[in-house]
Amino acid sequence: MSGRGPKLPGAFMLRAPAAGRSNALHAGAWWLWALGLATAASRTTNPLLLGLLVGVAGYVVAARRTDAPWARSYGAFVKLGLMVLVIRLVFSVFLGSPIPGQHVLFTLPEVPLPDWAKGVRLGGRVTAEQLVFALYDGLKLATLLICVGAANALANPARLLKSLPGALYEAGVAVVVAMTFAPNMVSDVVRLRTARRLRGRPTGGVRALLQIGLPVLEGALERSVALAASMDARGYGRTARVPPAVRHVTTALTLGGLLGVCAGTYGLLAAEGAGYGLWVLLIGLAAAMGGLRLGGLRSVRTRYRPDRWGARAWLVAGSGAAVAGLMIWAASRDPAALHPGVLPLVVPEFPVWPALSVLIGLLPAFVAPVPAPPSAPPSSSPQGT
Amino acid sequence: MIRFENVSVRYEGAGAPALQDVDLTVPEGELVLLVGPSGVGKSTLLGTVSGLVPHFTGGVLSGRVSVDGRDTRTHKPRELADVVGTVGQDPLSHFVTDTVEDELAYGMESLGVAPDVMRRRVEETLDLLGLADLRDRPIATLSGGQQQRVAIGSVLTPHPRVLVLDEPTSALDPAAAEEVLAVLQRLVHDLGTTVLMAEHRLERVVQYADQVLLLPGPGLAPVLGEPAEVMALSPVHPPVVGLGRLAGWSPLPLSVRDARRRASALRAELAGRTPAAVAPPPAAPAVAETDALSLRRGRIEALRRVSLTVRPGETVALMGRNGAGKSTLLNALVGLHAPSSGRVLVGGKAPSRTPPREMVRRVGLIPQEPRDLLYADTVAAECAAADHDAGAAPGTCRALVSALLPDVPDETHPRDLSEGQRLALALALVLTGRPPLLLLDEPTRGLDYAAKSRLIGILRDLAADGTALVLATHDVELAAELAHRVVILADGEVVADGPTADVVVSSPSFAPQVSKVLAPQQWLTVAQVRKALEDVRP
Repeated sequence: MSGRGPKLPGAFMLRAPAAGRSNALHAGAWWLWALGLATAASRTTNPLLLGLLVGVAGYVVAARRTDAPWARSYGAFVKLGLMVLVIRLVFSVFLGSPIPGQHVLFTLPEVPLPDWAKGVRLGGRVTAEQLVFALYDGLKLATLLICVGAANALANPARLLKSLPGALYEAGVAVVVAMTFAPNMVSDVVRLRTARRLRGRPTGGVRALLQIGLPVLEGALERSVALAASMDARGYGRTARVPPAVRHVTTALTLGGLLGVCAGTYGLLAAEGAGYGLWVLLIGLAAAMGGLRLGGLRSVRTRYRPDRWGARAWLVAGSGAAVAGLMIWAASRDPAALHPGVLPLVVPEFPVWPALSVLIGLLPAFVAPVPAPPSAPPSSSPQGT
Repeated sequence: MIRFENVSVRYEGAGAPALQDVDLTVPEGELVLLVGPSGVGKSTLLGTVSGLVPHFTGGVLSGRVSVDGRDTRTHKPRELADVVGTVGQDPLSHFVTDTVEDELAYGMESLGVAPDVMRRRVEETLDLLGLADLRDRPIATLSGGQQQRVAIGSVLTPHPRVLVLDEPTSALDPAAAEEVLAVLQRLVHDLGTTVLMAEHRLERVVQYADQVLLLPGPGLAPVLGEPAEVMALSPVHPPVVGLGRLAGWSPLPLSVRDARRRASALRAELAGRTPAAVAPPPAAPAVAETDALSLRRGRIEALRRVSLTVRPGETVALMGRNGAGKSTLLNALVGLHAPSSGRVLVGGKAPSRTPPREMVRRVGLIPQEPRDLLYADTVAAECAAADHDAGAAPGTCRALVSALLPDVPDETHPRDLSEGQRLALALALVLTGRPPLLLLDEPTRGLDYAAKSRLIGILRDLAADGTALVLATHDVELAAELAHRVVILADGEVVADGPTADVVVSSPSFAPQVSKVLAPQQWLTVAQVRKALEDVRP
């Protein structure tokens, strides 16, 4: 690999290696890390902690993302997060909020609504408290989205799907194919819009969209048929013979297991069923797993270089879990610090220990393999001369 | 290896069978080239080998096709996947995964090859096709030639005994095509793979073929034989064969090398003569001008200080490898991209700042995929729309269509036209605005020789009427036939700009076959030589 530096004795074990296919971090580890951060974010509304979480996720993405197409989605998720924040604020301004507040900032004209719409308010007083509350709330949602975006940027979604059990393989392929189709359709739209310009027509407007829409769909359809032919000719869908008894057991286990999972989850969530819920859930899960495992017998597929779950994957996933665990613990010990009050308005304090625990989430930026520096632009620019 | 026994294929709703009475055997370890005009059923024939016809496409196949002893009637394509590898015309629609290495492994995964065997074969294939440096790259970022090699590699890894390829080099620049052909050559020689390949660009491939399978026309019996013998009667043939027929050489030469060894007499005969001088375009004010034009797209500098002038009646061929900036330059001329620095003037206006409605009367562009220009359901509706867009009198476009495509009824759906007809329709739509400058991006892609010579006729007439033409093309034979001037781009810079004969004769990759055979004399096309010989031998 090109990025390998001189080996320093002693330091070489600690330093993260250059990323290659063989030491690629398991995609699941990145997702567990990101979900850990997201869980932590869901336990607090303290803007300082949320900001810290966003910072941690952003730093790790900056340090470890590749220049692959999927890695570019991070920016889109950040924008989406900001948009959610703004929408939350706008709603709070126009639709009011159940938070009673003292500091009225301004008053919008209130639209009188008929009786049946009681409880809904349009316009009216806008208080500082309600805005701050909406801001905290929106910030939490935005942080969740950014954590998901980080996982998306760091882990190749196709590789994650490759780690699915064999029986779910076909569903995984459908998702991968759908994911490669979206960018193709976007490039189709661009191509057809330029073609419209070539015929001297305006490229904006509803009419343009309608006229482009049909050819784009046609193109997508043609491509999927071509892809299906190619997949068929390459052996997709070959199956092994499985005795009927095994098939029936598979069906029974999978269906029964899923039912068990549903019933168990319901039991856990409902107040009175906590006792048996856990057991039903566990038995259901085991049955479903068994079903999937048996179902995998039908497929003759083998796997090429599956990602291995090594020490670094444990560290990355563990750091996320640690952040989540510590934050949940902190939330139960000192809820006030994690949920700064809005009634009355107070300056949010900076809880030192939860903040330090969030910093554990930075671990992947030091232990995950370092991706190669952005490759020089391809010898010839991507397509279209 | 492949046996066709009385094979006929008829698609539902079609009057005549797509393929009729094919009865032949393709022996093991040979590279068989499938040739014939458009629409004679080449793709159908290829499809029957992989079983996609009729299992996937529908239609009725009578007779029997067997590959390595497996009957395609009883074996579905997926059950033939370990003996037949198929690559279609468009490599992009072939890819299932997103990185090179995964793509190479995909077929083996489906077949259930053991992991250690897969690993070994992927490494071998990466070396065989020269893809080792690209192994971790996302496929979408590769160039056309690289994608084609990945597509071939992806069907090679399960070690098929037969490889079926539909126009593997048509979309590639000459160098990338050489790359792909070298790989095929190696497969046939070293691994004993049987290759069955259809290709329009015969000048690139015919010398590599062990046998040629000719489908002479709809309803005519196929001919399988030695390339030189089949070429003697084939309606489609490369220029070097044309030259051989003209000079009466037997057996016909298939490669430039063969022809050169026999050409000393012809060269002597032609000595002292020069090709009939192409009338230089009249000196007139330029229709398009770029001055130190630079253009950045993202981080890529697509064009660097390009200065180019195009005069009325002049035909300019833009050549260069994939990604050299040819399409970008054309797009800048119609105003799809604004220059980052420098200046573009078309008909006295800056195209990127002029509304599209006005630009259609100054410049027309036929994109690589002429189909993009067509939206309507019928030819008549397209024509009416084009008249409206260009502000031309009703019927202007229809008159052009009738001139270019004599027998296409009004109510035909544009999708039902052949590649060549679609191109002619797109040409008519664009010409409705009577632009003094016409740009064509890769116009001969997918055209057979007949469609190509029709296109050349049309473009010649346009140039004679004073339309300036700029063609971005990989097709050196087209450039030789048409262009007054050749401009070669590399990495966004102009590296050569001059009269066609001067530029191409000295270039190993852009010289047409005739000029390679007759160098250092400056002959470019068979037609020129024929004319000169008619003068010599009255």
